[in-house]
Amino acid sequence: MTPTIGVVVFPGSNCDRDADYSFDYLGADTRFIWHLETDLEGLDAVVLPGGFSYGDYLRTGAMAAYSPVMQSVKDFAADGKLVIGICNGFQILCEAGLLPGALRRNRGLRFRCLPVRIRVENTESPFTSNSMWPGQVLTIPIAHFDGNYYCTDEDLEELLADRRIAFRYCDVHGEPADEANPNGSVWNIAGILNEGRNVLGMMPHPERAVDPVVGGTDGRLILSSMLTSLVGSETE
Amino acid sequence: MKFAANIDVMPKQEISDPQGQAVERTLPGLGFDSVREVRIGKRIEIVLEAADQAAAEAMAVAMCDKMLANPVIEDYELEVIEVENAG
Repeated sequence: MTPTIGVVVFPGSNCDRDADYSFDYLGADTRFIWHLETDLEGLDAVVLPGGFSYGDYLRTGAMAAYSPVMQSVKDFAADGKLVIGICNGFQILCEAGLLPGALRRNRGLRFRCLPVRIRVENTESPFTSNSMWPGQVLTIPIAHFDGNYYCTDEDLEELLADRRIAFRYCDVHGEPADEANPNGSVWNIAGILNEGRNVLGMMPHPERAVDPVVGGTDGRLILSSMLTSLVGSETE
Repeated sequence: MKFAANIDVMPKQEISDPQGQAVERTLPGLGFDSVREVRIGKRIEIVLEAADQAAAEAMAVAMCDKMLANPVIEDYELEVIEVENAG
């Protein structure tokens, strides 16, 4: 079975082609879903890609969260199917209430565009199970102005207790040091999971670290984890 | 009846405001040494039709709660005033 991945395209998305290319590169079938579409039939996973949906008007992700496709994405996620939100996609997932918290303007008011190290915190998810171990350090690029994750203390306690923090920004030794935090995120959080562990939001761009021609390949681990889990669930 | 809803959306007090902090650091350099705190939010002005004042206020609050403010990081204050019909 070849999984089919839907890549949602909002007005202002700009990483949709990269997401499409990456999943295609890894052997999946892909399909673009315009944000006015509501039919996700036949898809095994959905990507909310990076970019600047609706020009980041009002707040990042705020308008896209009410695009027609998003109700379908909520239903899709409620069915336990895989949804990954990358960068702007993470912001949209938070605004849509599929993940807790919010992404604020970066500490220091800088657009940060660079490869960063993130530590794998939880390998018990469809996004992090394949060839990854807890504490493993991945190098994946970020490119954002609003990646400064915030949640209430109660939400953070819940995320920790529930082991729903997927990735934390870390230094070369795997330590989540403040100097390794590129945007000021609470607890160095780079990515989180929902309660069902079938929805992941992350600021770094795994789809930009798949083809060795344009950098590293650590992003493959995350995307291929998704494909492996989809193929695995089919054969069970 | 026509109403104007004026909405101020501000970052919550306990949440750092990097824009406000940057301006706060800059103003003393322009000679405004006595500046102690700067916070930056946004103002949204909406003109709407409603049956009466209460309905207009309820609509403004609903719009804030649903989309105009993010309750995780922002607070809002609003005033709703009746505006005279033009002409």
